[in-house]
Amino acid sequence: MIASPAVVAVEDVFRREAGRVLATLIRLLGDFELAEEARQEAFAAALEQWPSNGIPSNPRAWLVDVGRNKAIDQIRRQALFRSKYPDLEFAALDQAAAVSPDDQEDDAAFGDDRLRLIFTCCHPALNIEAQVALTLRAICGLSVEAVARAFLVGEDTMAQRLVRAKKKIRDAGIPYETPPPQLLDERIAGALAAVYLVFTEGYAVTSGAALIREDLCSEAIRLGRLLDALLPDRPAIQGLLALMLLHDARRKARVTAVGDVVLLEDQDHSLWNWPQIDEGLILVERALRARGPVSPYAVQAAIAALHARAPREGATDWPQIVGLYQVLMRLQPSPVVELNHAVAVSMTDGPARALDLVDSLAARGGIDDYHLLAAVRARLLQGLGRRDEALAAYRAALAAAKLEPERRLLARRIAEFDSLPQLPI
Amino acid sequence: MQYLLLIYASESEETKMNEAAMAKVLSEYHEFTQGIVQGGQFKGAERLRPVASASTVRVRNGKTVITDGPFAETREQLGGYYLIEAKNLDEATAIAARVPSARFGSVEVRPIWPIT
Repeated sequence: MIASPAVVAVEDVFRREAGRVLATLIRLLGDFELAEEARQEAFAAALEQWPSNGIPSNPRAWLVDVGRNKAIDQIRRQALFRSKYPDLEFAALDQAAAVSPDDQEDDAAFGDDRLRLIFTCCHPALNIEAQVALTLRAICGLSVEAVARAFLVGEDTMAQRLVRAKKKIRDAGIPYETPPPQLLDERIAGALAAVYLVFTEGYAVTSGAALIREDLCSEAIRLGRLLDALLPDRPAIQGLLALMLLHDARRKARVTAVGDVVLLEDQDHSLWNWPQIDEGLILVERALRARGPVSPYAVQAAIAALHARAPREGATDWPQIVGLYQVLMRLQPSPVVELNHAVAVSMTDGPARALDLVDSLAARGGIDDYHLLAAVRARLLQGLGRRDEALAAYRAALAAAKLEPERRLLARRIAEFDSLPQLPI
Repeated sequence: MQYLLLIYASESEETKMNEAAMAKVLSEYHEFTQGIVQGGQFKGAERLRPVASASTVRVRNGKTVITDGPFAETREQLGGYYLIEAKNLDEATAIAARVPSARFGSVEVRPIWPIT
């Protein structure tokens, strides 16, 4: 069946306005689930009326107004038929009736509503899985099925997770508010952590349902752009957005058609998304020049920026990358950051110095991604001409690696040993 | 002497109860409460919402950390309580963070279940 142009136009409005309408209804009604139902009823009413009456001049205000009235009707019905929690329902009714819909017509108020909703969805009293699921569902407007697929769980499991999260919001009294100034930075950090998790979920895994994963990267970037638009000139937001744009710009070059990993130094630069890189570079500069403490996201983005600039400048600025990793080790110390620092040091000071750093890291223990450490060691040992030790390290890396594309990359490295002449480098 | 009576029960068993059984328990609670009110032994009581609505507040190195759930560490034991009025969870957790023990133990913030 082919939808009529009028219906297509109506559905187009829904796609554009779904997130904002929900955010405003949640503020007006003070209840997630009630707002979702109200939005659905408003959309149904629009599908009935708009194709014949025409789309109203302010469709968003129309949808909010109709949704709100439908919800009030429903609350009244519930209050009549089963007045189990009369206080609760009349409180919601008062709240919904007290606000005139006219004062939500400007874009600024709608922007605020979505921002409020992001902070509600990413509240620290919700676990991170719930935060991410709610954000993708309520802010990005993904279907329950799409959210479930993205996180490789069944639709029922995801639906349950969302129901529990909404129940926690209601029962625990998580507010639908932009956090007060003293909490704002911390809550922004929490929201960014959820957005970054959406991104890494889409970016880190290179096997399986590739298309869905790309969707996740795009949604994370959309969320980053939305946060940047709603809370401008925040270095942490600019830094994360830049980091995601720069990494995502290399997406097509990272994996071959058959799903093999292509390392940064072997990537085909013509596959990089250069306009997106330029956008990222501008944001990095802004994030780094801002006053106040440096955001770790901005430092990571600055490292990605140096890699992105290398093809145009003819060489990678390794000394600066080493310096940036040192900053990152102070701001956000982790074994993975130390490992990356060691790799950068091998480019400036040679493999011997880098191997010392890696061995000292290994001696301290506590690294989760052991296969990465072993793979880096193998490469450094190979660079030093310590062939047997390098081979042993590659084998250890292969034994510890879990992702198929990474395993194939390591297997290729081991196979190369048989074909390469034994030369000290 | 004053004593705090802490009530433990399986939430999953409770949700399996049918309405009649639940109504019976509630009326028993009502009767019990009336009994100790008349006996002059009642100081205060509230029903708590299920653990799924709980959040835990800890303060470490001056930083407030809020997590989902009632996860007190097994080496931590219940040592006291405050009943507070707050406009939302943010205000409640901010007050919880000021409890001195939040710096070395944890404070579970659980909403009261209003009696209807």
